[in-house]
Amino acid sequence: MFVGYFTERPYQDPGSGYFGATGKPIMDLMVSNEIYDPRLGAELYNRYLDEKLYAEEMGFDGLMLNEHHGTPFCMGGAMNVEASILARMTNRAKIVLLGNILPIWDDPLWLVEQLSMIDMISRGRLVSGWVRGTGRESVAHNSPPPYNWERFQEAHEFIVKAWTTPGPFRWEGKHYQYRHVNPWVRPYQEPHPPIWLPGVVSRDSLLWAAEKRIPYIMLATELEPTKRAFQLYHDTAAELGYQSGSQNIGYLWKVHVDETEELAEQTARKYVQGPSNPFLAGNEGTVNPALVNLPGLTSRSRVLPTQAVATQARGGGGGAAGVLGRPYEQQIEDYTIIAGTPKTVLPKIRHVLEYIRPGSIFFWDGDGAMTHDDAMRSLRLMGQEILPAVKEMAKELELPGPFELDPATGKEIPQPTEIS
Amino acid sequence: MNGAPPSFHLSPERRWGGQTNPAYFGQPGLLSLSGFATLWLVAHFLNWGFLMTSVSAAWSEETVAVAGADLSLVKGGSGEPLLVFHDEIAHPGLLRFHRELAESHTLYLPAHPGFGRTPRLDWVMNMRDLAGWYLMALEELGLESVNAIGFSLGGWLAAEIATMSPRQFKKLALVAPLGIRPPEGYIYDMFLSVAQDCITTAFHDPASTPEFTELCPNTPPPEQSQGWDVAREEACRLGWKPYMYYPALPQLLRRLHRLPTMLVWGQQDGIVPVSAAQVYHEAIPGSRLEILDNCGHLPQVEKADSFIALAREFFA
Repeated sequence: MFVGYFTERPYQDPGSGYFGATGKPIMDLMVSNEIYDPRLGAELYNRYLDEKLYAEEMGFDGLMLNEHHGTPFCMGGAMNVEASILARMTNRAKIVLLGNILPIWDDPLWLVEQLSMIDMISRGRLVSGWVRGTGRESVAHNSPPPYNWERFQEAHEFIVKAWTTPGPFRWEGKHYQYRHVNPWVRPYQEPHPPIWLPGVVSRDSLLWAAEKRIPYIMLATELEPTKRAFQLYHDTAAELGYQSGSQNIGYLWKVHVDETEELAEQTARKYVQGPSNPFLAGNEGTVNPALVNLPGLTSRSRVLPTQAVATQARGGGGGAAGVLGRPYEQQIEDYTIIAGTPKTVLPKIRHVLEYIRPGSIFFWDGDGAMTHDDAMRSLRLMGQEILPAVKEMAKELELPGPFELDPATGKEIPQPTEIS
Repeated sequence: MNGAPPSFHLSPERRWGGQTNPAYFGQPGLLSLSGFATLWLVAHFLNWGFLMTSVSAAWSEETVAVAGADLSLVKGGSGEPLLVFHDEIAHPGLLRFHRELAESHTLYLPAHPGFGRTPRLDWVMNMRDLAGWYLMALEELGLESVNAIGFSLGGWLAAEIATMSPRQFKKLALVAPLGIRPPEGYIYDMFLSVAQDCITTAFHDPASTPEFTELCPNTPPPEQSQGWDVAREEACRLGWKPYMYYPALPQLLRRLHRLPTMLVWGQQDGIVPVSAAQVYHEAIPGSRLEILDNCGHLPQVEKADSFIALAREFFA
């Protein structure tokens, strides 16, 4: 079992005048950055990096980052910058990028170079995930949504080739063309850093991951449709002639651990409120219907059960905001938020592991309106009580992770011997 | 318009050439239409309710294999051919201006590849690609030196075709065409609004426009909104960046100097600012510019009387 830590790095600014019941119109993507306070930004970036360092100290296997553009709910607009800092400042944990938004890069050779550098500086600790991005990414970087999927696939093929094939070579593709590919970098890991694929929506992406034998990570989706989506991965693998297992699938969801049940509830409620995300409870943000329906961004017909459920719950419309906007009680009920003391949290985590059988999990914490102290308390308790117990559970339930069994072959991966 | 399929003396298969567009109808999970529903959609598409009462014009749709595509082509009326290039939300069904112009012209209403009833051509990635395809298609159809009208995206398309081959057209009317970066204001970002908002923005005064509710019902039937989705996706492919214009077009339009060209624009156009009209006008030597007041992006609908009169006179 591989256990990672994640926070979306919200821009928490109670002074913005935009969040809470202010009556100000905050349609997604339409809040002007004139309210952005760089001094607050500086504090927050450093806080989130500090929390990542502590997460490594507490024993997490992975430090996960993500990327969004033009939105206060995620400060990771240039995630590779954060990853670069972690590459130098951490020693053991994998740096898990879920992920770089391939289709918005007009020049993916930059990614070849940046990610190789991160892999080298971290001495081979990079996990390089790809995503297709939401509508806001296509809009922010002006990338044509109907070609999103084609560009994703071509950029992937190009990057893998540039990582594995001695240059110089030429690339004359439909969306990318280079006459001289010969970057003066190579990834540390052989043949290249592991590639993972997170997602919520697209059936095309999940099937592609299964076809490429790439681990697929479901992001904060509800359990039942998640199980169905994983089954689709396993069935596809079987059709393609290989045996997938827990090493091929991962799950990210909200877990907060605290000193008392009262404090846990009080703090976990901050997941769904506060001055960071226009869609959280008490804020008046509205989903931008055009943004979640950009022409051609995802196939109109080929969506996963997780998205069908999310769409239904919102009365149609698409997009991840509906999941965020679900009431706290409902999320506690269906385990998409697990909060409590270690004693009450562990059986619930066990239920999730038994039900969807992932080989990688990510605890999403320290988000919404949570403070640095909130995040640090939970991290400490996770290190002291949750992680050791979860590792035991995973052994008992036989849930090997992608660094124990090779997702492509199902074969055991030789474990490096510790150098003391 | 209602949902009941009309009875008709021709079988739908014969009436429609026996083919529907697989890109629109055949995707598993998108639309699995029964024969009944297909017929309903077909009736909806051509506003068949009206056709049942019309005696002056017979309309048909056929699928023609031209230039490597299965082109869906609606024809109707009598007289000299008049080719109509639809806009970015595809052929809206038969409207008043179609029917009235069909009294004096045979209207040809092709569905652009990728906009619904004609399957997409993978190699068409920008407007000049599409214009090049149309030149091949029109030649095969024998529609050379033909009168033509282009609306919005269809106007841009017709302008590109004309720059490549001005003799393709006998006379050309461009109605609020995209294709040029307006010197003042910007082309409305139709992909940062949903289809209904976009269509509404195209009107100066939707409430006073009788055909508005037909073009943009409060609750569009799924076939209509899916049709918008398909068309907007292809419009996105053709015009995402630069957004809905080709930088060299004003220079290239000089080639239209021998082609009688009329530009029609609504003064209050909320999609393509009227400032672009002047650029088109100056770029095409000898062109005629008609600006209609109290009118948005769709003069053919919002000021149907004036538009029909202008078109009749111009193409007479």
